[in-house]
Amino acid sequence: MISRRFALAAAFGLLTATSALAQAPGGKVTVVTSFSKDVTDPIKKAFEAAVPGVTLEVQNRNTNAGVKFVEETRANNQVDLFWASAPDAFEVLKGKKLLSAYKPKAAGIPEKIGSYPINDPEGYYFGFAASGYGIMWNERYARANRLPEPKDWQDLARPAFYDHVSIAAPSRSGTTHLTIETILQGEGWEKGWRTIKEMAGNFRGISERSFGVPEQVNSGQVGVGIVIDFFAFSAQASGFPVKFVYPSVTTVVPANVAIVANPPNKAAAEAFIEFLLSPAGQEVLLDKGIRRLPVNPAVYAKAGPDYPNPFTDPRFQKMIGFDVDKSEQRTAVVDTLFDQLISFQLDALKGVNKVLHEVEAALAKKPNDKAKALAEEARLLLAAMPVSEAQAASPELRGAFTGDKQKGARQAEIENQWAGFAREQYAKAKAKAEEALKAAN
Amino acid sequence: MAIVSQTLPAAARARRLTATPGQIALALAITAFLLMFLVLPVATVIYVAFTEKGSSTFTLVNFYDFFRTELFMRSLWNSFYVSAMSVVWASVFALPLAYLTTRYAFRGAAIVQTLGFLPLIMPPFVGAVAMQLFFGRNGSINLLLDEYLGFKLDFMEGLNGVIFVQSVHYFPFILINLSASLRNIDRAMEEAAQNLGCSGFRLFRRIVFPLAMPGYLAGASLVFVKVFDDLATPLLLNVKDMLAPQAYLRVTSIGIADPMGYVISVVLIVASVLAMWLSARAMKGRDYATTQRGGGGLARRRMTTGEAIFGYGVVALILALVLAPHLGLLLLSFATIWSFSPLPDAYTLAHYGRVFGESSVYIKNTLIYASIAGAIDVVLGVAIAYLVLRTRLIGREWLDWMATAALAIPGVVLGIGYLRTFYGVTLPDGTPLATLWITIVLALAIRRLPYALRACYAALQQISVSLEEAAENLGATKARTVRRIVVPLMAGGILAGFVTSFSTAAVELSATLMLVQSNSDAPLAYGLYVFMQSAAGRGPGAALGVVAVLLVAACTLLSHIIIERSQKAKGMGQ
Repeated sequence: MISRRFALAAAFGLLTATSALAQAPGGKVTVVTSFSKDVTDPIKKAFEAAVPGVTLEVQNRNTNAGVKFVEETRANNQVDLFWASAPDAFEVLKGKKLLSAYKPKAAGIPEKIGSYPINDPEGYYFGFAASGYGIMWNERYARANRLPEPKDWQDLARPAFYDHVSIAAPSRSGTTHLTIETILQGEGWEKGWRTIKEMAGNFRGISERSFGVPEQVNSGQVGVGIVIDFFAFSAQASGFPVKFVYPSVTTVVPANVAIVANPPNKAAAEAFIEFLLSPAGQEVLLDKGIRRLPVNPAVYAKAGPDYPNPFTDPRFQKMIGFDVDKSEQRTAVVDTLFDQLISFQLDALKGVNKVLHEVEAALAKKPNDKAKALAEEARLLLAAMPVSEAQAASPELRGAFTGDKQKGARQAEIENQWAGFAREQYAKAKAKAEEALKAAN
Repeated sequence: MAIVSQTLPAAARARRLTATPGQIALALAITAFLLMFLVLPVATVIYVAFTEKGSSTFTLVNFYDFFRTELFMRSLWNSFYVSAMSVVWASVFALPLAYLTTRYAFRGAAIVQTLGFLPLIMPPFVGAVAMQLFFGRNGSINLLLDEYLGFKLDFMEGLNGVIFVQSVHYFPFILINLSASLRNIDRAMEEAAQNLGCSGFRLFRRIVFPLAMPGYLAGASLVFVKVFDDLATPLLLNVKDMLAPQAYLRVTSIGIADPMGYVISVVLIVASVLAMWLSARAMKGRDYATTQRGGGGLARRRMTTGEAIFGYGVVALILALVLAPHLGLLLLSFATIWSFSPLPDAYTLAHYGRVFGESSVYIKNTLIYASIAGAIDVVLGVAIAYLVLRTRLIGREWLDWMATAALAIPGVVLGIGYLRTFYGVTLPDGTPLATLWITIVLALAIRRLPYALRACYAALQQISVSLEEAAENLGATKARTVRRIVVPLMAGGILAGFVTSFSTAAVELSATLMLVQSNSDAPLAYGLYVFMQSAAGRGPGAALGVVAVLLVAACTLLSHIIIERSQKAKGMGQ
């Protein structure tokens, strides 16, 4: 109720904002953010110049720690703004009534980017920059290891990429979670998981933080990474020999900013959001250390000709619509499935995949129908999932992961079942794959 | 852990006769401090481990789940294996360095001791990047090997990679504690053995090493527990099936509402305390104390030319290996772009320029926080060691175990616990207690207390109680005896403890990250973290890392010089 009253008050305040009654923002405004210094510094500088008298205090925390921090300190909140990429984090905060509603005045920002609504329909958080997901690779590494240029997710499943691909765990990285969810929504539950697992069979490792992946690609420890676009663009701008491509099944999603419930400095918090959405604030996003896609289409006029523009570029128009509610319902289930079937069983999964690659190589030399059929059987065993799409969104499973107050299956029990399922399937698949290899040779 | 609060006062009552009121008061004060800043905050977080899902009733079913889950059992076994192997390799690195620099007239001993200490201060994130750039699959060494010899070595793959990195990272624990112990050995013991015809390796094996045992065990048990509880290194190497990473991953993401993460934390705490208890058992019934002081430790021998070449060769080899990450860090801080090549493309000073302006506030904060934390740690360390070894208070070991348990608590759990416990407590003007920088200091002190405690404990074990009895017979009070006899004799160990706590506190991140409230209160590690989240921030982050390492190295060198001086003053000078 309180937040709704806030919303009304805020909306009302806006109507009369032009009058002298509106208080001029001043003092210190505190923002909790997952963005790096390269992003926050230029924006802080520009903001403090545009709104004199206000100091922006940046508290840098990763998204999860930030959510936890706002939650733990709600009784005596000292934070004005929450500022991060992953929309799910904002959904969590909103669900816990930790955000206050607001209606930005900034003009010129469309309703949607691609098919994703830029702002929260209920007015609790606002997109300020767009990002797409894709594949980033190190050119020197690719040349030395003779890797072909990847174009689509399926390419990463090819034998050439075995042991060369890296990803962050979706449970650790909100952006990777969206990538996985995008593939699942774009290709469907069964086919999507198959694609993901076939890629995963080529994974070099699974990092536990988003930036771990671009860091490894930048330094050449891993050849290819599944990342959010600005990691690649800003690395390119800093001179690293990396390239990036948007696959056909992908989506653009806004990075967001929101006012925390009961902000100590509401006027300045609103001023910050207004600045971020104003043309001046949007232009800062083009800075070479930031390289994010502005949500105001007019700003692209100031960007270079090769700067991706999601509003005009046909590639972005083809991108799939992203169903936020669907994603929201099964977040924990998808993340845990990934962890239990892929992250913690990676060696077994890779073991089967290696044999399957050998079968493929043998078949290329000498076709053999029996081996081919056996290999396909092995692939099906690998791809099998312990739960269906409907089950994944079922209230029983969700209940086990949200720690809500009803009794029911414990998370650990379910995880152990899934892990057992994966071990069994991968062992069977391994046997089949070896049989196929014997037949092929 | 709840037992402590009940047994201690009871114990104090029962044993009024064997402990002075001052000692009882001290024990109670330390208990109160640990309860307030360790047990209580942690309990607010991990009590979930003992509650049933859906209701809040007490249950052990979560532990049943733990032992039934293949992944956790695999992780438990991997953690044991890696910790044990790391102790072995850390000993291989530490023994020669400690022995050569304390037993021989070794030019540059202080520098070797300082350099040998540096691996402990690997700044978070950037250290990992530097290490990968050197030893990684496509690091300098492997790229060169591949180009000229056509093969690669998997330094940093899987469990063996973890063992390699951990033993390089934590061997200074053994080095510093063993060196302190070796310095404390009475020369008379060695001379007596020599007079009886013992020499060479036999002398080392039968006399010197056993007498240095308290220091070695202190270091080795720290390495074991630290490796057991460390999550950063396995995660950096993408090894997830170990216990500490599992706890961390669950607490921070997969199952934030699930009790399993906290169950694993409890298992970690129990395992750590068990390891410490075992190492205490191993020493039980043996007396390592020697009475004659003033000998200034082992006789410093001169090396023959052959010995010198061999000695310096071994030292150089070990140092080259364990300092490679720091060399990588230094290169990285001057590099423009370093990607898939043995050396950076070009060099620049720009990164230092970028951090120059803002690093001064970080440096100041780091020095203040780490010194206060280190000071708190040695005071508590001496007090706890004294209470455990010199009094008969019942339940005194619990103080030791409680403090040791801090080693096993993930920083993020402590951070959340502090927020929960102290955020609601406000100052008169409404600022929450948890927003004050002193909270960060307390968290650092609690997290690094075990290091100082082990060092102080080992130092006190080597002092014969007869010296104190003599002082008391001459009319000194207990307090005066401690001040004039015990503490001066423990000086080496206390300094070792301070240096370890100080320098590791200076690069701590996980609890700090939860507690830092504003940039002006942030330590270096936080500044580093903020830089290391973007491609353009890698160079400046490395520059800041170099600043941190230099800062801590300077402080360490200073304390070694002080140790050397004090030894000279004790009689080496004559």
